[in-house]
Amino acid sequence: MSTATTATPVATGRKPATMAQALNRALRDSLAEDPSVHLFGEDIGTLGGVFRITDGLAKEFGDSRCTDTPLAEAGILGTAVGMAMYGMRPVVEMQFDAFAYPAFEQLVSHVAKMRNRTRGTMPLPLTIRVPYGGGIGGVEHHSDASEAYYAHTPGLHVVTPATVADAYGLLRASIASDDPVIFLEPKRLYWSKADWSADAPEEVAPIGRAVVRRSGRSATLITYGPSLTVCLEAAEAAVQEGWDLEVVDLRSLVPFDDETVTASVRRTGRAVVVHESSGFGGVGAEIAARVSERCFHHLEAPVLRVAGFDIPYPPPMLERHHLPGVDRILDAVGRLQWEEA
Amino acid sequence: MTVLDQHVWQPRTDPAPLLPDPEPYRLLGTPEAGALDAGLLTTMYGQLVRGRRYNRQATALTKQGRLAVYPSSTGQEACEVAAALALEPQDWLFPSYRDTLAAVARGVDPVEALTLLRGDWHTGYDPREHRVAPLSTPLATQLPHAVGLAHAARLKGDDVVALAMVGDGGTSEGDFHEALNFAAVWHSPVVFLVQNNGFAISVPLAKQTAAPSLAHKAVGYGMPGRLVDGNDIAAVHAVLTEAVARAREGGGPTLVEAITYRMDAHTNADDATRYREDAEVEAWREHDPIAVLERALRERDLLDDAMVRATEEDAERMAAALRERMNEDPVLDPMDLFAHVYAEPTPQLREQAAMLRAELEAEAQS
Repeated sequence: MSTATTATPVATGRKPATMAQALNRALRDSLAEDPSVHLFGEDIGTLGGVFRITDGLAKEFGDSRCTDTPLAEAGILGTAVGMAMYGMRPVVEMQFDAFAYPAFEQLVSHVAKMRNRTRGTMPLPLTIRVPYGGGIGGVEHHSDASEAYYAHTPGLHVVTPATVADAYGLLRASIASDDPVIFLEPKRLYWSKADWSADAPEEVAPIGRAVVRRSGRSATLITYGPSLTVCLEAAEAAVQEGWDLEVVDLRSLVPFDDETVTASVRRTGRAVVVHESSGFGGVGAEIAARVSERCFHHLEAPVLRVAGFDIPYPPPMLERHHLPGVDRILDAVGRLQWEEA
Repeated sequence: MTVLDQHVWQPRTDPAPLLPDPEPYRLLGTPEAGALDAGLLTTMYGQLVRGRRYNRQATALTKQGRLAVYPSSTGQEACEVAAALALEPQDWLFPSYRDTLAAVARGVDPVEALTLLRGDWHTGYDPREHRVAPLSTPLATQLPHAVGLAHAARLKGDDVVALAMVGDGGTSEGDFHEALNFAAVWHSPVVFLVQNNGFAISVPLAKQTAAPSLAHKAVGYGMPGRLVDGNDIAAVHAVLTEAVARAREGGGPTLVEAITYRMDAHTNADDATRYREDAEVEAWREHDPIAVLERALRERDLLDDAMVRATEEDAERMAAALRERMNEDPVLDPMDLFAHVYAEPTPQLREQAAMLRAELEAEAQS
C-alpha cells in the first residue's frame, strides 16, 4: 500500500535541491554505475541542455557518453533504437514536448513494438526524456502536454514525477527498466525546490505505483506531474469550505495503479481527475472510466474532470485561463452534489 | 580576404571524389569479368537460382492462401544475394519488407523469414542469431537503427558493419535523410543500399525525385555515392564489398544505388498493368540477373547444361521443402498476445489475459 507523504518532504538535515538538480543527479549516477548508459540529444553536451538537465555530464563522462546529436528527433530516437539493439541503454532528450513529434513514427512503430514483434528476443531498454507542459510562458510548440498520445501506445511505460525526490527516483527506475519509458518532465516544476538528498534510498520510486500525497475523507483529487502542486493548493484552500480532500499523485500513467486509486475513491466516495492537457480523449477520461467501473457502488457523485480546454495550446498571455487552477478545481469539487455536510 | 572567408565559411569536403560515376558500374560481360573468382561466381549462380525459385514459391503460396502477402523480389535477386554475401558473420543486415531473400541468403530459416508475411508472429527469427534486424514495413525507418547499432558497436570497439537496405521510394522519407546525415556526421561503419527498382508501388522514379541519380544524394551528406548495375551480381557484390571494407577500416558510410527492376507487381494486391507497359517489362527480361550471370559463366566455361539442370533441381528441392513446411498450419498460443508487450505485464494486461483465458476455456468446453 502507498503511504501518505507531503509533496515537500520534511527537512531532515538535507539540502534544498531543484527538480532539475535531482534529474541531473539521476543521470550522473546512472552513467557512473552502468557503462551501457548513453545520453543522446540536441544541445545536451557542451551546453548541458536548454534546461541544464545534463549540465556537466559531457565534461565528466566524455562526449561519447553524453552526445550532442544533429538536430533531428527521428534520427535521435532511431539511432537510439539501434544502440539499444546492440545492448546499450540510451537515454534521449526531446528538448520540448512538441519537438518530439517528428520521432513519433520511430516511437510507435519501433520503440513500442520491438519486444513484441520479436517475441521477447529484442527488448529495448530506452528512456525518452520529454520536458512537457505549460506554465512557463513558452511560445507555441513549447508547452504541449502530450501524455495521452504516449499512454495510448501499448509497449511504452509513461511516467511523470511531481516532486524532487520522485524526479530522481523515477528517472533511476526508468533507466534501469528493460522496457522503453517515456519520462515526462514537468517544465514548470524544474525549478521547484525541496529538501532532498539522493542518498535516501526510500525515495527511489517504483514505476507503476501511485502515492497519496495528502490524506482526506471528502473527495479524491487524482492527478500527476505539473498539476500536483495545484491540487495540493486546492486541497488546502478547500479546508475553509469544510472539505477534506485526498490527493493522489499517479506518478505512472502506464502501468496505471488501479489499486491505490480505487482504494482512495472507495474511502471518499467522490473523485475529480485533474490534468492540464486537453480533456477530450485524454488520460482523465480513461481514469474516470476506470473509477466508474470499479467504484460505482461507492460513488456519491459522477467522476468529474478538470482539464485543459480542447484547444491548441494558447499563447503565453492567455495560458493561465487554459491551465486548471485552484478555483476551477474547487468549483468542480463543489459540483460533486454534496449532501453529507 | 573577407570576413566570410576568414571566420565563417570554409569548404570542408571536396565533393568531386564523392560523386557517382555517370554510368552504373558493370563487371559481367566486361574484360574484368575474366579475373573474377570462379568459386564465388558459381556460388552466386546457385544462390540466384534458389532465390528466384523462392520468390516463385512464395508468390504461389499467396495464391493458396498460405501467405497473407508476398512482396516479390523477382528481378532483384542479384541485389538481395550480393548484400548477404558482402557481409562478415559479425556484421548486421537491416532489411526492408521486400528483402526476405537477403535474410534467407544470410542464413535465416526460409520459413521463419516468412513468418511476418504468413500472418503468424511479426518476426519469426531471433535477430541476434544471424544478425538480421526484423524486416521493416515502415519505409526507411530501419536506416537510423543501422546507424545506431554501428555507432554502438564502434563505441564498444567491435569490428561490426551495418548494411541497410531501402527502395527508391524510401529515399524520399525523412528517416532516410536523418540516417544518412547521422551516419556521415558520426563517420559510422554503415553501408546504405538503395535498390532502385523503378517504382514505389505505382509511382515512377521521375515522380519520386529530381536528383540526377539517387547515388548523387550521398554528396550532400559528405559520403561517397556509388552507382551500380543492380542486375549484375558481380558488380553489386564488388561495390558493396568495397563499401563494407571501407566502413570496417574507419572510412565511414557509403550510399550505393543499384539500378534494377521489379519484374512482378508490388505485391499480389497490386495491378502493375495500370502503371507500366509490357514492353518495358520485356526489355528488362533480357537483362535478367540470372541470364546475365549465366552468359558470363558459360563464356568462361564455368557452367554447362548439366550444371544448370543440377542447380535447378537443387532449387526445386528447396521449394518443395518450403512448400511442405508452409502447408503445415502454424500452432499459435493466443495467450502469447500478452507475453511480450512488456518484460512484466502491467496489472491491466494481467486482467485482460485472465479474460482471454476464461474465454478460451469456455470455448474449449463448448
